Amino acid sequence: MTVYPSSPQFKKNARAALADGQLQKALGNVRTNFIAKRAAVADRLPEFEALRDQARDLRDHVLAHLDVYLEAYERKVLESGGHVHWVRTAEEASRIIVDLAKSRGARSVAKGKSMVSEEIGLNAALERAGIKAVETDLGEYIIQLRGEAPSHIIAPAVHLNQEDVEAEFRRVHTWLPKDRDLSEPESLLAEARAELRAKFLAADIGVTGANFLVAETGTSIIVTNEGNGDLSQILPRVHVVVASIEKIVPTLEDAASLLRVLARSATGQEMSVYTTLSTGPRRAEDVDGPQEYHVVLVDNGRSNMLGSEFEEMLRCIRCGACMNHCPVYHAVGGHAYGWVYPGPMGAVLTPSLIGVDKAGHLPNASTFCGRCESVCPVRIPLPKLMRHWREREFERHLSPAVSRAFLGLWAFFARRPALYRFATGLTMRALAWAARGKGRFTSLPLASGWTNQRDLPAPQGQTFQAQWKAHQAARRKRP
Amino acid sequence: MSAREDILSNVRRSLGVSGIDAPRRASVEARLAAHECGIAPQRGQGDAAARLKMFVEQAQAVATSIGHVASVDEAPVLIAEFLRAHNLPARLRMGDDARLRDLPWGAASLEISHGASAGDDLNSVSFAEAGVAETGTLALVSGAHNPTTLNFLPDNHIVILRASDIEAHYESVWARLRERYGAGLMPRTVNLVTGPSRSADIEQKLLLGAHGPRRLHVVIVGD
Ligand code: SF4
Repeated sequence: MTVYPSSPQFKKNARAALADGQLQKALGNVRTNFIAKRAAVADRLPEFEALRDQARDLRDHVLAHLDVYLEAYERKVLESGGHVHWVRTAEEASRIIVDLAKSRGARSVAKGKSMVSEEIGLNAALERAGIKAVETDLGEYIIQLRGEAPSHIIAPAVHLNQEDVEAEFRRVHTWLPKDRDLSEPESLLAEARAELRAKFLAADIGVTGANFLVAETGTSIIVTNEGNGDLSQILPRVHVVVASIEKIVPTLEDAASLLRVLARSATGQEMSVYTTLSTGPRRAEDVDGPQEYHVVLVDNGRSNMLGSEFEEMLRCIRCGACMNHCPVYHAVGGHAYGWVYPGPMGAVLTPSLIGVDKAGHLPNASTFCGRCESVCPVRIPLPKLMRHWREREFERHLSPAVSRAFLGLWAFFARRPALYRFATGLTMRALAWAARGKGRFTSLPLASGWTNQRDLPAPQGQTFQAQWKAHQAARRKRP
Repeated sequence: MSAREDILSNVRRSLGVSGIDAPRRASVEARLAAHECGIAPQRGQGDAAARLKMFVEQAQAVATSIGHVASVDEAPVLIAEFLRAHNLPARLRMGDDARLRDLPWGAASLEISHGASAGDDLNSVSFAEAGVAETGTLALVSGAHNPTTLNFLPDNHIVILRASDIEAHYESVWARLRERYGAGLMPRTVNLVTGPSRSADIEQKLLLGAHGPRRLHVVIVGD
């Protein structure tokens, strides 16, 4: 489906989300699982913090030499028998892939999970051309059936509960026995696996994204746990990789360095189950694999971010840690953000990609607790970048409106009973942290017009800062 | 202007650089040629015994099951036992890898077929290019010897790995690939596999056996 931005209605979206009991139940899983798993796996690797510094520097090096690396990468893809299609916009990207599919007489396309394909609205474009697009990641499959957009960049159906999935499978898989037992998550997975297996085998074209594009070898790398990205690329005749230009890494060694922080930050795994390196089409000695290999290199606004105060956002490796740790995301979920990329990274990226006029309130969707930055594997200063967006608004002489919007949003979050109701949740601690243990917010970033006059009461309890300090101290003590 | 030229010149304009900036090109060329290793975790380093121990620990932690044999000739019997223990038919699909071809499959009463999978094979066996101790990861490369479909379509994937092929880090696998295929060249597919397929897309509950194999069994040869 095409994702039409509803970001300007963030406040309205957020209010609806807070009132949605099913959603609130599902979001509880984000608060508990992701955070604990990441913390545990990071603690197990003494080099983790040093690896984050290295990852930041590596990404900066790539961005500073992006044009040269893109040329080197292209050369290697061509040498290995692949094709490279450069596209400026979302429309161009979809058109290239639709044309490719049409010219190969394709009737169905199997898709591995790809956020860029969401960004370019690929499924809708394919469907307009009469070509069936089948999402094969379990989460993506579920939300495709429901006609929804992903609500998280690595866990697209995280806003749903098991009973939502069961209801959807019963509604859609009408050819299966009505009295089948779907009470266990295992049975839901088995049903999706069986349904999708046939679709993989029938697909003419497989589309995957890429976590990394390796300039040294012309290789695209995808990382999955299910294996759907692999079936999507080895069974159909044509493999199309759709990836944005900043996904470049220089060498295989650099890819390894980033892999060491990616899965740990994303899902708290030491390594994802499948890390797949694909280079060109099948070779003479191969007995399986695609006969054609195409890479669609998408700019769609990125080249304009280089050299700007938002350049650092292009370091992002799409791990999702920032949203997993964000109290605002925990409260409202991903759909409230109104476009493809939710959470703190979305709050910075969305205005960059679709325009601040369409995303206006998003940089305000923050409690400025700083947790996103503290867990980002490439150390993107997300709160600072959100502030930059507001400064831009000032330059555009929109400040009164923006201040009003910001204060309105702040007041909205601060007063919302539902936000405070998860008293053991992070928002509480984050707000307490911002109040520095004084029980009052004496200054709020960018809300000084308000806090100069009055204090905003802060929730009480052990502050996040205290807990964080204790956590850091405990880590330092480890041999 | 073509999209390619447009994008490249926009990147350069944003970065404030020109396309014929020799020092920048030289720095990229140097980095690509040197392909230096970054920070290598302590974990996984050590002698062969330490690497084997770490590999097994890490692999088991992600639900890979492990068997050991002293000599590769004993692998078929161990694999037959594994299949029996899980009530699986004594049938295996495999590529034409010479290291697999000459093993005494018949003596273990295993029925063997060769080639890629079309989706109707329950069990497959592959020969690993290498193992990576730091995360219990297998490296498999495509080719008629070990078709990639065998890594994903069968329900039960069995992989033979020589203990002497267990490396500390991914970077050592890259070194092996460069040696075998040439610098800057790669086979069509390299699969780094760390455990059987899984999904946590339903309420974040971890379930094994998503689209790929439900079971991953590694037979380690030697010590
Ligand atoms: S901004 Fe950082 S934490 Fe967020 S998705 Fe990107 S890399 Fe991960």
